[in-house]
Amino acid sequence: MADMAKTKTYMPLLPIDKRRATFEEVALGYTAEQARKEAGRCLNCKHRPCVSGCPVNVAIPEFIAAIHEGDGERAGEIIRKTNSLPAVCGRVCPQENQCEKLCVRGRQGEPVAIGRLERYAAEFEPRNGGGRQNAEPINVNHPAKTAVLSGTPVKVAVIGSGPAGLSAAGTLAKAGFTVSIFEALHNPGGVLAYGIPEFRLPKNLVKKEIDALTSLGVSIETNVVIGKSLTLDDLRGEGFSRFVICSGAGLPQFMNIKGETLPGVLSANEFLTRVNLMKAYRFPEFDTPVRVGRKAVVVGGGNVAMDAARCALRLGAEVTLVYRRGREEMPARAEEIEHAIEEGVRFELLTNPVEYTRKEDGTVGGVSCVRMELGEPDASGRRRPREIAGSEFTIDCDTAIIAIGNAPNPTVTSALPDLATQKWGGVIADDDGRTNLPNVYAAGDAVSGAATVILAMGAGMRCAMDIINM
Amino acid sequence: MYEIIRKKRLNETITLMTVNAPRAALHAKPGQFVVLRADIYGERVPLTIADSDGAAGTITVIFQLVGASTRKLDMLEVGSSLADVTGPLGRPSELQGIKRAAIVAGGLGVAIAYPIAKALRSLGASADGFVGFRSEGLIILQDEFTSFCDYIDIRTDDGSNGSAGFVTDGLRARLEAGERYDEVIAIGPLPMMKAVCNLTKPYGIKTTVSMNSIMIDGTGMCGCCRLTVGGQTKFACVDGPDFDGHLVDFDEAARRGRFYLAEEREAEEHRCRLLESAING
Ligand code: FES
Repeated sequence: MADMAKTKTYMPLLPIDKRRATFEEVALGYTAEQARKEAGRCLNCKHRPCVSGCPVNVAIPEFIAAIHEGDGERAGEIIRKTNSLPAVCGRVCPQENQCEKLCVRGRQGEPVAIGRLERYAAEFEPRNGGGRQNAEPINVNHPAKTAVLSGTPVKVAVIGSGPAGLSAAGTLAKAGFTVSIFEALHNPGGVLAYGIPEFRLPKNLVKKEIDALTSLGVSIETNVVIGKSLTLDDLRGEGFSRFVICSGAGLPQFMNIKGETLPGVLSANEFLTRVNLMKAYRFPEFDTPVRVGRKAVVVGGGNVAMDAARCALRLGAEVTLVYRRGREEMPARAEEIEHAIEEGVRFELLTNPVEYTRKEDGTVGGVSCVRMELGEPDASGRRRPREIAGSEFTIDCDTAIIAIGNAPNPTVTSALPDLATQKWGGVIADDDGRTNLPNVYAAGDAVSGAATVILAMGAGMRCAMDIINM
Repeated sequence: MYEIIRKKRLNETITLMTVNAPRAALHAKPGQFVVLRADIYGERVPLTIADSDGAAGTITVIFQLVGASTRKLDMLEVGSSLADVTGPLGRPSELQGIKRAAIVAGGLGVAIAYPIAKALRSLGASADGFVGFRSEGLIILQDEFTSFCDYIDIRTDDGSNGSAGFVTDGLRARLEAGERYDEVIAIGPLPMMKAVCNLTKPYGIKTTVSMNSIMIDGTGMCGCCRLTVGGQTKFACVDGPDFDGHLVDFDEAARRGRFYLAEEREAEEHRCRLLESAING
C-alpha cells in the first residue's frame, strides 16, 4: 500500500544564513531513508503518465520501485539507460512542468518528488563503471547492430559539449559508435560548466558525469572552435562522416537601451562565466576578477536571472531583480524562485528598465525603470506587458546584469553558409535532428533557442537514434 | 600539449613566445587572435597571432607585461606548457584591394602590425610604416618591420632614437606633403589610435583600428568585449577586432578597458606575495 502522505518528503537544505555566504550546494539531497519513504508514495500507475512527460523517457515507476526496494544501484542503472546525465537532471530539470506535472498524486496534494529521487539514484556509481554491456539503451531498435558502414567504422563528430552534445555522444557510444566531441571553451559541459552555478550544480558532479561518458569511449577535445579552428571539411578529412551541431544558445541578448555599454552593465553570460567557469568567486586565487559592488540589479525572470541574482548575493551585494511581468509569468523553476526569495533577493515585478544611468566615474550608477501592467495575451499565451505612463523611477546600483535571454551562437553556422537557419539564427532541423545538409544534424538550444537542459538532451538523443537506426 | 618551443624577450616589457597549437595554427590569418591560459587558475587572455605555421602546428604571440596574467605567462620557459590555447578567433584583417597603405603602430602594436605588413607585401601592396615607442630601449622588431615597408618613420617619445614625438607626427608630415593612402591601419594604445583617426578624418582616408577589448570567451558568448561603432553595439571578438576607426567610440572603449584596474592591481599583489613566500620557503 502506497504512503498516502499529501506532501513530498522534505529534502534538507543548507541553512539560509550559510547560503548567503557560500557557493556550496543548497539542496542537500535525500538520505536512503527519506528516499525510500518518498518512493513509497508512488502508485506505480499502469499507464505511466510521468514517463510521457519526460523528454528522454526515463522509466520512472521502475526506478522508483527499485529505490523502494532499497536497490539504489539498480535505480541508477534504469535511469542511465535513457538519461546520460541523471545527477544533473535530478537537480536542474523543471520537473513541475514535466514528469511531476503528470503525476497522479499531484491531483490531490503534491506529486511524487521524482526529481529528488532521480538525484538520489544518480549518487550510485553504475556497476562495471557503466560499461557498454549493461548499459544497452532500451530505445535502440537494433542494439546489436555494429556501427559499421560499408566496412569502415562510423565516426561521429559532436560539436559542443553541453547537454545536447553529451546526450547525443552518450547514446551513440553505448551503441558502439566512435564519437568525438569538440568544445570551444577550455572545460567541457557547456552551460553546465559556464552557466549553472556551483550551489545548484556542483562542478565535480558535472565532471563525474562527463568522466562516465569518456569511460564509454567518448573522446572530448577542448579549445576547438568549429568553424574557426576546424571546418567540417577538415573533420571529413579526419574520417568523420556524421556531424551533430550542439553549439547551444550562447549569444547574449541586450535591450538596446541607453547606457547598456556602460562599464558595470554586463550580460548574465559574462557574469556567470566569470563566476562559474573562471571561478572568479575565488579571486585572487583564480586570476579572473568579477565585481558586483554593494548593489546589483538583475534584469529577467528565467533560471539564468535567478542564478545571476543568487551569485551576486553570495558575492556580497544587495540584489534587486527586475522583471517586466508578474511572478506567475516567470519562466524560472519554482524552486529557484523560492530559494532566491528566501536568500533575500528583492523582486521588482511588472517593472522594465528604460535606461542605465552613470556615476561620476563613468560606471553604471542606476537603472531607470517603468512600471508595467499586463494586457492581452501574446503569441506565447502570456499576457503582454505594457508601460504605465508616468511611472518612472530609479534603482541605484553598482552592477546591472542582463538576463533577458540568449540566441543561438552564430560561430558554427556562419561557417556553414549552406546550412538552413531561421531568421533569428536557430538551425532548422526536423524531429530527428536532420538539417538540410546530408549527414549533418543539429540539436538543443542551437535549434530551439534557449530552452532547458532536458529538452536539449532529448533532442541530442533523437539525433543519435536516427544515426544509429540509419 | 601546448608546449612552448621558443621564447624571446624583445625588450624589458615585451616577450615573444612560439607555442605548439596545431588546431589554432591550421587556419590562422593575419589580424586573428588566440585566447590562452597560462595555467588552470589563469585568465583567458586574448593575444594577436603574430605569426603562424600551419605545417609545423605553431603560433607565435607577442605580449606586454601589463598585469598578473601576462607576468605569469612570462614566467613560463621553453619546454613547459600552457594550459590552453584556442583559436584562431576574430575576423582576419581585410587587406584585399589595398594598393598603398600606411601602417601606424605604437609599442606592442608593432608586433601586431608586423604580420599585416608582411601580408600586404605578399599581396603586392606597398606600405609605409610609422612606428612609435616610449624610448629607444623599448624598440621591437625594427629590422623585421622595416623590411616590409617602403618608407619607415620611427619616433620615440624622448627622441632617444629617430625623431622625438608621436607616430602621428610622422604620418601628418607625409599627408601634408601630399602623400595619399588607400587605407591607414592603426594598431596600438587607444589614445594613439584615436589620434590617428582624428588626423586622417579630414583627409577622408579609410582608417582601420584593431580593438583590444577585455574578453573572456572570445567567441561571442559573453558580450564583455562590447564596443560602440557608428552608434551600434559590436562584439570585438567576433565582429572585429578590426573596425572602421572613424566610427569607433574610443572614450567608451577606454572606460570599459579601465573597469578592472583595481582588481588587476590586487591580482598583481597576490602574485607577488605568492612569489615571495615561494622564494622565502
Ligand atoms: S569576449 Fe565574450 S563575447 Fe567577445
